[in-house]
Amino acid sequence: MANTIHVDIVSAEGQIYAGDASMVFAPAVEGEIGIAPRHAPLLTNLKPGEVRVQAPGEAEELSFFIGGGALEVQPHQVTVLADTAVRAHDLDEAAALEARRRAQDAMQERTDKIELAEAQAELVRAAAQLRAIERLRKKR
Amino acid sequence: MAVAKEIRSKISSVKNTQKITKAMEMVAASKMRRAQDRMRAARPYAEKIRAAIGHLRFANPDFKHPFLIERPVKTLGIIVISTDRGLCGSLNINLLKATLIAVREAEARGERVQICAIGTKALQLFKRLKYPIAASATHLGDRPQTPQLIGTVKVMLDAYRSGEIDRLVLVHNVFLNSMSQRAEVAQLLPVEPTGAGELQERWDYIYEPSAAEILDGILMRYVESQVYRGAVENVACEMAARMVAMKSASDNAGKLIEELQLVYNKARQAAITKELSEIVGGAAAV
Repeated sequence: MANTIHVDIVSAEGQIYAGDASMVFAPAVEGEIGIAPRHAPLLTNLKPGEVRVQAPGEAEELSFFIGGGALEVQPHQVTVLADTAVRAHDLDEAAALEARRRAQDAMQERTDKIELAEAQAELVRAAAQLRAIERLRKKR
Repeated sequence: MAVAKEIRSKISSVKNTQKITKAMEMVAASKMRRAQDRMRAARPYAEKIRAAIGHLRFANPDFKHPFLIERPVKTLGIIVISTDRGLCGSLNINLLKATLIAVREAEARGERVQICAIGTKALQLFKRLKYPIAASATHLGDRPQTPQLIGTVKVMLDAYRSGEIDRLVLVHNVFLNSMSQRAEVAQLLPVEPTGAGELQERWDYIYEPSAAEILDGILMRYVESQVYRGAVENVACEMAARMVAMKSASDNAGKLIEELQLVYNKARQAAITKELSEIVGGAAAV
């Protein structure tokens, strides 16, 4: 146990890897870092790149591509919080604008599909009510 | 025999409807299982990120992030996650009712509200009620993905940062089991303190590049992951609710068919009896 460190690589959409390693390499924003067991607690952002995991007793390294994220290191545990999407300030900004525009469109449009669907639903409801009334009348 | 024919065509039309509801029930059941798997898959990330934030708060970073500070509430931001389509029982109604209650409570406290609608049902309602909608996202499909939500969440986060809103809540459906779902209001911002006291020793991280930047990124992802989880859970709820609704629709159709069959048999029998008595009466007259 002393010479390994537990690694979790998770993204919002699922767990990517969990296991022990003797060494982990990650692309931190300030340059690639290597983490050995009993590393000091560290918290850093990651840029898009490769996370490499050296499993104990294995010659080959496991390699995972991540689109950025964050890395948390505690003496016996490394957690990689990977982004599933490629993040950049401009891209996020564009996505936000898009979301805002959608909301505005929805508030402005008068005769759009939504209202057609609503009208149809209303019609169905009215027809059902009529049927129920007819039934009641017949029973009486 | 005109009546009998009418009833027969009615029976066949109900049978067709029953076929559709049965098919929808089965589709919803299989989609629900897949949505549940995705819900489970999203759990580790949220847990890890929450743990990291817990550490961060405990480790006393040298500054306070705005996302962690309570401030007097003038405007409440509400992210509401509904479905895009209907035919799923009372799921959306309960959810929107819970949302409206939250809105009324906020208004009673003298707060204004800003809505962020995810899913067409929520969008329709708040559009009709003429509430300000800051952002929206619809048609996420059966597999919501984070990129679809990033922009929507960012609008609300930016509003929080700039002081347009002072508190952010998420109204979403909670999947209890396939028979029951519950609407729940959860606070997103400011981030509520999570189980402190697990860490006894006082230690701090080495921050690279700086605590401010990292905390910002992590808190943003935390809120996004919460919204993502809400969206995935909503799909599971939608499918479960649709499954149950379609099951009862199929059952009702079955009952209706039985009733109509009885009416049909009676009508047929009456027609035969009438014909017979006519023949007998005719023979007697001759």
